[in-house]
Amino acid sequence: MTSPRRLLRPSPWQRLCPLLLLCLCALATAAPFTPASDAQVLATVPARASDPAARELAALRRAWRQQPNDLATALRLAERSFAQVAAEGDPRYIGQAQAVLQPWWTLPNPPVAVRVLRAQLLQFDHHFDAALADLDAALAAEPGNGTAWAWRTAILMVQADYARARQSCERLAPLATPLIGVACLAQVDAVTGHAADAADRLRAALAAHPQADAAERLWGLTRLAENEERRGAYPQAEAAFRAALALGLSDVYVQAAYADFLLDRGRPAEVLTLLADGARADVLLLRLALAAQAARTRNADRWRDALAARFDAARQRGDTSHRKEESRFVLALKADPGDTARALQLAQQNFAEQREPADARILLEAALAARQPAAARPVLDWLATNRVESVVLHSLAAKLKAQP
Amino acid sequence: MSRLARWIGCCLALALLASAAQAHKPSDSYLAITVQDGQLRGQWDIALRDLDLAVGLDADGDGRITWGELRAQHGPIAAYAAARLQVQADGQPCTLVVGTQQVDEHTDGAYSVLPLRLACAVAAPKALSLRYTLLADLDPQHRGLLNLMVEGASRAAILGPQAPLQTFTLASISRWQAFADYAQEGVWHIWIGFDHILFLLSLLLPAVGVWAGRRWRPVDRIGQAVVEVLKVVTAFTLAHSITLSLAVLGLVSLPSRVVESSIAASVVLAALNNVWPVFHGRRWMVAFAFGLLHGFGFASVLVDLGLPQGALAVALAGFNVGVELGQLAIVAAFLPLAYALRRSWFYRRVVLVGGSLLIAVLAGVWLAERALNLKLMPL
Repeated sequence: MTSPRRLLRPSPWQRLCPLLLLCLCALATAAPFTPASDAQVLATVPARASDPAARELAALRRAWRQQPNDLATALRLAERSFAQVAAEGDPRYIGQAQAVLQPWWTLPNPPVAVRVLRAQLLQFDHHFDAALADLDAALAAEPGNGTAWAWRTAILMVQADYARARQSCERLAPLATPLIGVACLAQVDAVTGHAADAADRLRAALAAHPQADAAERLWGLTRLAENEERRGAYPQAEAAFRAALALGLSDVYVQAAYADFLLDRGRPAEVLTLLADGARADVLLLRLALAAQAARTRNADRWRDALAARFDAARQRGDTSHRKEESRFVLALKADPGDTARALQLAQQNFAEQREPADARILLEAALAARQPAAARPVLDWLATNRVESVVLHSLAAKLKAQP
Repeated sequence: MSRLARWIGCCLALALLASAAQAHKPSDSYLAITVQDGQLRGQWDIALRDLDLAVGLDADGDGRITWGELRAQHGPIAAYAAARLQVQADGQPCTLVVGTQQVDEHTDGAYSVLPLRLACAVAAPKALSLRYTLLADLDPQHRGLLNLMVEGASRAAILGPQAPLQTFTLASISRWQAFADYAQEGVWHIWIGFDHILFLLSLLLPAVGVWAGRRWRPVDRIGQAVVEVLKVVTAFTLAHSITLSLAVLGLVSLPSRVVESSIAASVVLAALNNVWPVFHGRRWMVAFAFGLLHGFGFASVLVDLGLPQGALAVALAGFNVGVELGQLAIVAAFLPLAYALRRSWFYRRVVLVGGSLLIAVLAGVWLAERALNLKLMPL
């Protein structure tokens, strides 16, 4: 796909050769046009008339416009906007939530609720240390803030700081529901040498609390599914994924994780069905492109080109938060041997920032493809130090060690 | 033609809409500002999703923004946009007029395309300041991706609340400077392009004499040699200028392997013509015919150098002039020397015959390398 930049003035050859220009128009994807009819639909947005969530958001926005300096109104809209990111995968809501918090955003010591929300917005853009600083400050002022403990744990997990994540869970447990308390510790145990035990406890907790909030069950089931998948217990993993999706909550994370599960099992057709409703976020677009390639569908090139254009656009604005996805994209979809070095570089930069199993996997794969086993050293250390259990990661690590 | 192109454009846009409308990225606008002959123009692409948030587009709330709904809001959109971009030329504010909007597709869906006319008090400004506050109050993560085109040279910048006011100096590369740069590249290319030099030399070596049957006789006056050299060089220049221009303008293109192999073959033939003359006094025709091929060779170099989109003609003329100057330098060094030596046995046997044979062998190896994609020589 061509870049959005285009000439404003026709260059000489364009003037010389209208025929060539015609061909070029047919090839280029973007040229300003005037729609033929007023009825032509140009874009879709959440429908205020029929979608209750959109209506609620619109009402909150109206209230905020009237009272932009009222903390309670601002917090309601900002929290609602942030929730919309997870549901729709549209990062615009991050900026919109930040705008709502503007009167308090740059204060050195904002109200605790603002601090906790600011941390959530900061971590979305991978500003993990700033987010942790906000959460620690919020918890110093309000040690009973369960949301802050939960987000603190999540960030520490991403940073592979499992000892502090465990402490965080212990502080969270008395403040949260029993299911969250168990699931929090189970996610730490799952990557520190107690995966089987963690799966048993999580399954028992889910069974013991069938009435738990849907969002809590979604979280617990997703953690269980990932843990079972890493252990190689695929039927159990699939059952957990399906139970999570059956809750009917729109959640980009679980969709992406289940899509990866299906891709690994060689079932790309099911990914195309799963994500048919729309690849709202880049992470889902990537899975669609991978599935389309594996299934050899006619759309494969279109998804790939759309994704390539997306990474180009992100680069243009100086955004580096998509390295994991981009590395995987380059490795799997570009299919140019010259690109393996770039995929490896992206995977290395990503692993320096985030150290979850998915981050480890892409670095191992990129190092294998580039035939640079030494580049995967941080992953091998991470695997050994924490006694991480994972069929995929250990098989990749073995291949890497066997590589001359 | 324009109707057909538009029709194709619409169909493509619709096909893309289906694929891309669901996909999201952070909010960006695309702002292109062009400074051409001291005049400023612009184009601003703003996402419909963003305009829906800022101005409100989905009037009936059905979740679908139609062209009718967008058109109805043109006034508010233009006012909203114009109020959030302040342009100053050399410190003097410019007035910004937003023209009739169109629609375009970017990677995340449809955008309103606003043509901008900028009227500035200063003609040919030296500095441009942009204060960009689009969506700053609604989405601080919004960025404006600026493409500033100054007399053909483009540069990019990221506008947004992180740096609301940015100043760009417009003292960019002047046309004369661009011309001189490309002329220098042209000179350099002819000097390091041994195949072009050897072709020219093969045609020039016998120019200090005339063929009488199978015998080569030195000329009596330098004037005769100069005329002969002029004919050859002019024909060569004319020919390669034609194909260089055609190729760079994209009107004709040949596979580079064919071009490079033919150039090598032209050197072989030109050199052998000095040992076993076929063309006698009509070497300028040979120069013209094969010059056409060499032009394609120059074109690939010029394209590799990168062409300034706004100053294509300047680059083309500069490069061409550079090639001619480089050629003239070679001729200026060759002609007096050859004229002085023309009667000697050394010139007639060693230089004319031996040198030509050597050139033919060397070019023959090039021909084999290029045609068969081999590597036989270190050069």
